[in-house]
Amino acid sequence: MNYDAKVSRRWISQDVPQAASPMRSIFASLWSPINGFLEWFGYLGIFTWRVMRSTVRRPFEGRELIRQLDEVGSKSLPLIALAGAAIGAVLALETRYSLIRFGAKSMLPAAIVFSIIHETGPMVTGLVVAGRVGAGIGAELGSMKVTEQIDAIEASGVNPYKLLAFTRILACVLMLPLLTLAADFCGVAAGWIVDTLADPISFQKFLHAGFAGASFNDFLAPTFRTAVFGLIIGTIACFQGMRSEGGTEGVGRSATSSVVLSSLFVIVADVVLVKLILVFFP
Amino acid sequence: MMHSDQAVTPQATESNGKHATQRSTANPAVAPPVVLRGLHKSFGAQRVLDGIDLTVGSGETLVVLGRSGTGKSVLLKLIVGLQKPDSGSILIHGQEITSSNVEALNDIRRTMGFLFQNAALYDSLTVEENVAFPLRRNGKMSAAVRRDRVRQLLAGVGMEKDLQKMPSDLSGGMQKRVGLARALALDPGILLLDEPTAGLDPITSREIDELILKLQEERDVASIVVTHDLHSAKVIADRIVLLHQGNAVIEGTYEELDRSGDEFVAEFFKHDS
Repeated sequence: MNYDAKVSRRWISQDVPQAASPMRSIFASLWSPINGFLEWFGYLGIFTWRVMRSTVRRPFEGRELIRQLDEVGSKSLPLIALAGAAIGAVLALETRYSLIRFGAKSMLPAAIVFSIIHETGPMVTGLVVAGRVGAGIGAELGSMKVTEQIDAIEASGVNPYKLLAFTRILACVLMLPLLTLAADFCGVAAGWIVDTLADPISFQKFLHAGFAGASFNDFLAPTFRTAVFGLIIGTIACFQGMRSEGGTEGVGRSATSSVVLSSLFVIVADVVLVKLILVFFP
Repeated sequence: MMHSDQAVTPQATESNGKHATQRSTANPAVAPPVVLRGLHKSFGAQRVLDGIDLTVGSGETLVVLGRSGTGKSVLLKLIVGLQKPDSGSILIHGQEITSSNVEALNDIRRTMGFLFQNAALYDSLTVEENVAFPLRRNGKMSAAVRRDRVRQLLAGVGMEKDLQKMPSDLSGGMQKRVGLARALALDPGILLLDEPTAGLDPITSREIDELILKLQEERDVASIVVTHDLHSAKVIADRIVLLHQGNAVIEGTYEELDRSGDEFVAEFFKHDS
């Protein structure tokens, strides 16, 4: 008797939500990713606060910072130099014929230099570092998390947010502008080599023509905007790594999401920062 | 199945000779190293700990037994502050840690040594650097003194010849030994060992047991050992607590538990022959 009553109630109770279920499922399918996105930002905020709070107290982790400067800076240099040179060479090849068509061949050094310094150099550096360093940090910290090494650090009375996260974020912030300079230099040099092979010109004359009319602000603001890229890459990669879970599969997910999310936010930040630079350094 | 809440009293546990001696030397005016009161912890809808009360005295070795997933490792992580309880109190040397700030908690953590289930050695550091890590981070000793201390600690666990090896070059037993040396680096008053013999062959497991017994003789350390290894529990425990469904269902010496007649204990112990 009771069982029958339960069955009948179940049928009745299921009738009511069935009428509303399409709306509910649409709402749920819309809300779920929004909720996940907001939750991710919430946790990122908590993580950033913990890192910031850890920085004001001793010790300042100088030894680990130097190791990370080497890891982020020196070890990224060959790839950054190659990417910068490739962009410079391609720019010279592509731009040359266009400028000849419009009778503006003499503008080629300026076109290469401005293009590389203003946008291509910083952007390529940001994306290459997001790939190389972001994946490295995400995988390393993810692996440390799932093997309880981060717990072991914390259990030793050491703040892992300072030792592991702050040092890596600071290394990214400090190294990105320097790597951008290297990418800029290699790009301009490769552009000159390609140009001089077609129409010989000394490097000094190339630079003189390239930087004619350029001010210090043309150089400074775009280069230092990559420090913001470094902040984004370091923070997101450390965050994704330190929240890793689920064994080796989780480590893989952390590495991939570090690269994808930091690249995405670097691109968004680039658009915002270019607009800000145009406002403050017209 | 009957789960009696028959906690054997401290007086009763003194039938164990070693335990009785250690208890008698404890100063009653000094707070016990570890006191847990009404500890609750859930993960989502899963209730892992449901009001645990435990006290571990100075020089005492408490072994925590229980089936997988009964919250034994969670208990250790709560004690060291790696996780927060939903409710309840954790007193370490009389100091409440559930409401402590990070700095105070780190000070308390330095009085504890933790051996993780898989040793959790830092895989980018050598054996020597792993053991030196807590000393370098928390101690103010010179490099020469630190080096001597590391060698002394590694000699204590029979690993003094493997200073420059990387953790990936070590067997499971060797990693546990190095993990134990690292846990002892700051001369802790409390030692937390999470399955020290898990995944090891019987001979290596007995060697680890002997190391723990040696530590008990040499140091006045309060130890909490989580294990599934009944032989190990029999050898090293002053007192055993059996967890089931988030509660400490029975507490006493190995012999007392064995004689208790509790069905769950009998079920748990029946493979120990």
